Amino acid sequence: MSIARFWRETPRRYNLGGSRCGNCGTVYFPPRLVCPKCPQHRSTIEKMAPFQLSGEGEVLSFTVVHDPAEGFEMQVPYVLALVRTVEGPVLTGQIVDLEPKDVAIGLRVKATFRKLREEGKAGVIHYGYKFTPATEPGSARSPRGPAEPVRANDVPARDKAPA
Amino acid sequence: MRDVAVLGVGQTKFGELWDRSFREIGIEAGLQALVDAKLSSGDLGGLFLGNMASGSLIDQEHIAPLILDYAGLAGRHLPSVRVEGGGASGALAFHQGYLAVASGLYDYVVVGGAEKLTDVPDATAAQITSSAADHEWEVVFGATLPALWAIMARRHMHLYGTTREQLAAVAVQAHAMAAKNPNAHYRNRLTLEQVLDAGPVAEPLGLFDCAPLSDGAAAVVLGPLETAREHTDTPIKIAASQVACDTLALQHREDLTSLPSTAIAGQRAFARARRAPADVQVAELHDAYTVSALLALEDLGFVEKGASGPAFASGRFGPGGSPTVNPSGGLKAQGQPFGAVGVAQVAELVRQLRGEAKERQVAGATLGLAQNVGGTGATSVVTLLERVN
Repeated sequence: MSIARFWRETPRRYNLGGSRCGNCGTVYFPPRLVCPKCPQHRSTIEKMAPFQLSGEGEVLSFTVVHDPAEGFEMQVPYVLALVRTVEGPVLTGQIVDLEPKDVAIGLRVKATFRKLREEGKAGVIHYGYKFTPATEPGSARSPRGPAEPVRANDVPARDKAPA
Repeated sequence: MRDVAVLGVGQTKFGELWDRSFREIGIEAGLQALVDAKLSSGDLGGLFLGNMASGSLIDQEHIAPLILDYAGLAGRHLPSVRVEGGGASGALAFHQGYLAVASGLYDYVVVGGAEKLTDVPDATAAQITSSAADHEWEVVFGATLPALWAIMARRHMHLYGTTREQLAAVAVQAHAMAAKNPNAHYRNRLTLEQVLDAGPVAEPLGLFDCAPLSDGAAAVVLGPLETAREHTDTPIKIAASQVACDTLALQHREDLTSLPSTAIAGQRAFARARRAPADVQVAELHDAYTVSALLALEDLGFVEKGASGPAFASGRFGPGGSPTVNPSGGLKAQGQPFGAVGVAQVAELVRQLRGEAKERQVAGATLGLAQNVGGTGATSVVTLLERVN
């Protein structure tokens, strides 16, 4: 994957930047240019506003992956889940910091900023969201970028801060 | 719109065809279909070719004229069009061929489907085929096709009590059927224990819950029903060919235990044909994973929502069942050459409806259904074929 292709999605993958329809209020992640729910969906083209998810949610379903996607070979077995966020959108991501046997449907989780995969030894390192157990309801904070700036050769500096 | 019939079918063996090239298998299936249809190539109006990923798999795009060329037809300058829809590429191509003949623009067309998956290592082929899922929002986060289907399977187990054993019954039946299919990738029988004990791929799915990555090609010849008897004693009418699409990513669906694209395409097909699920004697369903077949049975109305697991395990969809599911062995055991799957399903239904399926013949079959799925259900194609007397 080219550097530009990953870099252009960093506001979404690092900071959960979605969009919200100014017409009906439905929240989308990743952001959409038109609202699929509004009957006059063409009229929503100019009304989709940026909206940042909190990262809190619960597990709808999950799998323990043994035959990994490319770049995830070092992480097997890993838990991949669909997480319904409190704002509505469902995200696909790993559940980490928990043994696979302890993951269950309905588990409350919060998004966290982690390394996703590396493209070989010399390629781009992909960062983004994964999910960890929420210690107590409502305690989950929205994920931020790392405290230290991401190394310049990982991603361009433009998208360190959320929009 | 005029009625369209399937006049001829052809198919290569499915499997690891290391000694054969993409163009060889594509042409073999196409020529078989032309011979079966007793059609002179001079009568052909065009060719539609289903293929998912030749560019990634064999570094060759622009394959529709390639196949036309090696079929000896480049000099006729016929239109030859590739159609892509993930694992549903074959049935999508079939749909385009159907439209072309139904419209009256062409009288006779060949619809082919071909995929060469073993020219790259297994892991590479798995990665390439996972591009039928949403790369940016699923695959980048660690998703594979089996992982996404496993997520659906676990949700179905959670909501309806479906068991691993019930899922495994799909694989056991598929292998028992394929044992009678000389074209099948796998002709060995499997026991329930073997399926349950196989290594995990994406829990709850194990290795034998997943269809293999196969090479293979299939082809059919379509033409107007009104002149079909010039070519065959048993014309098979296309009673319906319906396509429905949905979100590319599974995460955007309301219900993780249903494929709305399959349900809608099925409803449209039954409405178009003025038939009901109970009228179908034989069905070729897209069992890329064991859970896929169970969801299809529910979405197409063959069994109530949530009830597919116990129903399948009871043998209700086995030989003599209503309907008999996947007499070919399905994707699970006949094999899964992505772009060829949907065309091979049609070819099997035609053999069944003609009464030419030999050992695996479904007795008295007059109406058959095929369901072909791309990715996790962003595209579904449902076809109804009917024997006319």
